[in-house]
Amino acid sequence: MILDSKIPTGPLDQKWGKYKGDAKLVNPANKRKLEIIVVGSGLAGASAAASFAELGYSVKVFCYQDSARRAHSIAAQGGINSAKNYKNDGDSVHRLFYDTIKGGDFRSREANVYRLAEVSTGIIDQCVAQGVPFAREYGGLLDNRSFGGSQVSRTFYAAGQTGQQLLLGAYSAMMRQVGLGTVKMYGRHEMHEVVTIDGVARGIIARNSVNGELERHFGHAVVLATGGYGNVFFLSTNAMGCNVTAAWKAHKKGAAFANPCFTQIHPTCVPVNGDYQSKLTLMSESLRNDGRIWVPMHKEDCKKDPRQIAEEDRDYYLERKYPSFGNLAPRDIASRAAKEACDEGRGVGESGLAVYLDFADAIKRKGYDAIKASYGNLFDMYKHITNENPYEIPMRIYPAVHYTMGGLWVDYELMTSVKGLYAAGECNFSDHGANRLGASALMQGLADGYFVLPYTIGNYLAGEIFTKPIDLNHPAFVEAENIVKERFNKLLSIKGTRTVDDFHRELGKIIWDYCGMARTREGLTKARVMVQELRAQFWKDVKVSGTTDSLNPDLEKAARVADFLELGELMIVDALTREESCGGHFRTEYQDAGEAQRNDELFAFVSAWEYTGDNKDEILHKEQLVYENIKLQVRSYK
Amino acid sequence: MKFTLQIWRQANNKAQGKMVDYQIDNINANMSFLEMMDVLNDQIIRKGEEPVAFDHDCREGICGMCSMHINGRAHGPLKLSTTCQLYMRNFTDGETITIEPFRAKAFPVLKDLIVNRGAFDNIQAAGGFISVSTGQVKDANNIPINKEDADMAFYAAACIGCGACVAACKNASASLFVSAKVSQYALLPQGQTERNERVLAMVNQMEVEGFGSCTNTGACEAECPKGISISNIARMNRDYISAAISAK
Ligand SMILES: Cc1cc2nc3c(=O)[nH]c(=O)nc-3n(C[C@H](O)[C@H](O)[C@H](O)COP(=O)(O)OP(=O)(O)OC[C@H]3O[C@@H](n4cnc5c(N)ncnc54)[C@H](O)[C@@H]3O)c2cc1C
Ligand code: FES
Repeated sequence: MILDSKIPTGPLDQKWGKYKGDAKLVNPANKRKLEIIVVGSGLAGASAAASFAELGYSVKVFCYQDSARRAHSIAAQGGINSAKNYKNDGDSVHRLFYDTIKGGDFRSREANVYRLAEVSTGIIDQCVAQGVPFAREYGGLLDNRSFGGSQVSRTFYAAGQTGQQLLLGAYSAMMRQVGLGTVKMYGRHEMHEVVTIDGVARGIIARNSVNGELERHFGHAVVLATGGYGNVFFLSTNAMGCNVTAAWKAHKKGAAFANPCFTQIHPTCVPVNGDYQSKLTLMSESLRNDGRIWVPMHKEDCKKDPRQIAEEDRDYYLERKYPSFGNLAPRDIASRAAKEACDEGRGVGESGLAVYLDFADAIKRKGYDAIKASYGNLFDMYKHITNENPYEIPMRIYPAVHYTMGGLWVDYELMTSVKGLYAAGECNFSDHGANRLGASALMQGLADGYFVLPYTIGNYLAGEIFTKPIDLNHPAFVEAENIVKERFNKLLSIKGTRTVDDFHRELGKIIWDYCGMARTREGLTKARVMVQELRAQFWKDVKVSGTTDSLNPDLEKAARVADFLELGELMIVDALTREESCGGHFRTEYQDAGEAQRNDELFAFVSAWEYTGDNKDEILHKEQLVYENIKLQVRSYK
Repeated sequence: MKFTLQIWRQANNKAQGKMVDYQIDNINANMSFLEMMDVLNDQIIRKGEEPVAFDHDCREGICGMCSMHINGRAHGPLKLSTTCQLYMRNFTDGETITIEPFRAKAFPVLKDLIVNRGAFDNIQAAGGFISVSTGQVKDANNIPINKEDADMAFYAAACIGCGACVAACKNASASLFVSAKVSQYALLPQGQTERNERVLAMVNQMEVEGFGSCTNTGACEAECPKGISISNIARMNRDYISAAISAK
């Protein structure tokens, strides 16, 4: 496998312009004959599908939910970044670029990140034109707030429902095309194989989850926009159905998987309540604009009513350790600091695995109404879950798995290492390095879909105008469908003793304990064996109910967990291989008094893994990261 | 806590369905309703039977996927919440809880508690958008919008498309859902150009899909987990009449 990132030559700020100027075009009459498959209808998928159809391509979109509008992007709360500099506070494309590279602990590509910052301004314009009701100031102009890891206010938002509003904007643009007949929507369809012919992506196999039928679909190009794999941890802030299946199947067909160990643990989530817990709920990072994070100075105070603990007996540890960013320190750093405080025995709540997020000062300073206006729905959500009123008593929060920076390796054009197969949004690895800054995933998803793919896919499809739609009885389609069929039959035939959730929970615990917020060589080595054993046991002892030819959520879940059991091992192997600490990847052996210690000499690369066969070691390819415009520095927020 | 659950079981779209009783014990009050359903399904699977199929995804009240009719109410007893936002502490120990799918002609049952809400997507495709393609649009701040209008548009846009309004309505009308989308755009300057065509197309599609008509009972507003206001329906009706007149 040879990985070519295809980064255009020339000065950083001219690369994208030059690329667009040189890209091949497809004439309108030919576009109609070209078919594109988009798997996923989140921000990345819906925006791409709408834009492709507007350009004139024929598009098919798949999602596992009943409606495209329910993709997991809907749950994003806090906001979306853009280098508009409407606040006149010193923001610029360059500053957003720099913050993102630094936020990612210098493990992402300069050219991709620069392009992201460049197109970020157009996203806001596009969304407003679609009628996305962003928050506004009294003068009628758009409002902004701050997110972690930056010192400017560049985050656009719609109360605590920004993802919902952006997704409904993209969804409405896509549904307009559905009405026009240029997009065909396949809800309740799950992709289970990529079909390749001579190493080129030519379609997919999808299962209609209502009747269990397997369907073959041809495309001149296939775009995966299937989101992140955070659910490998069992407990995460992701929706229950989020999965790695599509990306993993692409990986097995030759798409390199990049930086799988780079996962983001978000510092502010509602803590785990009991062992029946099915998922965790995020409390948006925007809360850190006004909330102050603390734990008691003394262990003895941990069980006291927080309101009775005197000011001098509180440790506002982020403000203390990182005075220039304070409560807005980036996520990886804030999460680790919370873990440290709890490990020292200063955690609060019943489990001792929580810290306070306190709004008392903010309510005093700004007033109850102002706080309610900014965070009302988040406070309500917290109250719903915990039965406690955050206007009166500090929230209790703890870090939880939230986002995966790793994903399918893509080049500058967002093409994977399989020709004609693209990956966009959270399912690719491209822009966030070892840690993503808040409000940047929505930005990336929409950048990929609205502004990057529409250009880059044309450059590829220009060479496809003579390819006739391939017969669905082609052996490649038949074989791919058989693989899926056999797999489902196998899952149902085991009739073992342990449920799918049993296995998933156990896998999640292994990954969380050994490949979570702190990782060691010893722990990872042990965990690898544990995952291998668990996987073997799964295929011997799993109990899946129902049949293949009906609506069967248990079977769908089993297929997803089977893939997580393979991905989990690769995450561990990747974490073992990366003998440094950077961003969310904290190897206890490599630290400087609790701060991550990078090793740029040996590890300034993207790890891209090549699949070699079931239960075989994968091959590591290194894409060296070249920094021409910024100097690698120790990442400090002090 | 312990409960008797009476749950609608239906093998598929064509099968005859019926209520089936289940007993469940050792339920923690802080469990969410869907976690209680997980526990039930776990027990059913271990017995070798088919678990209860239900829709859910985000489990935080925003995706609109969950859709249970609990004790005769869409999304159960708690105001302003979805099924996934219910906790067992919202019920009484020993209670009998009935759980059914959302019922409406336009929402056929696919299996157990899962219904097909594709009709909503069809209404959206008929006109629920502003026709602007990706690319050359104005700078966002060139369209100043009065904060009050922007906020009102946002409240309407907060609809999660769950269908509780339809399930709660004795006529199975989709007026609250449709009017929320119509209003969002009607309140914004960007939405004015297509205002008439939009309301006509969406309302007509609503009828084509087999939803009933609105008789202003207000049941939809009362059960809406997002508190979408019935005043949107009045706005839609006004717009519809004036659009119909100007179309003649
Ligand atoms: C609770 C929460 C809050 C967040 N808040 C913010 C925020 O404030 N700002 C920010 O920038 N980011 C935020 N994020 C991150 C951000 O929401 C996501 O990274 C982003 O929305 C992902 O978009 P996507 O389009 O890549 O994928 P998704 O929105 O996850 O969509 C994936 C799509 O793929 C489909 N799919 C998946 N697998 C298959 C398959 N096998 N077959 C068929 N279809 C499939 C799904 O049906 C879905 O349509 C948040 C994330 C969470 C969990
Ligand atoms: S599961 Fe998403 S709203 Fe209930």
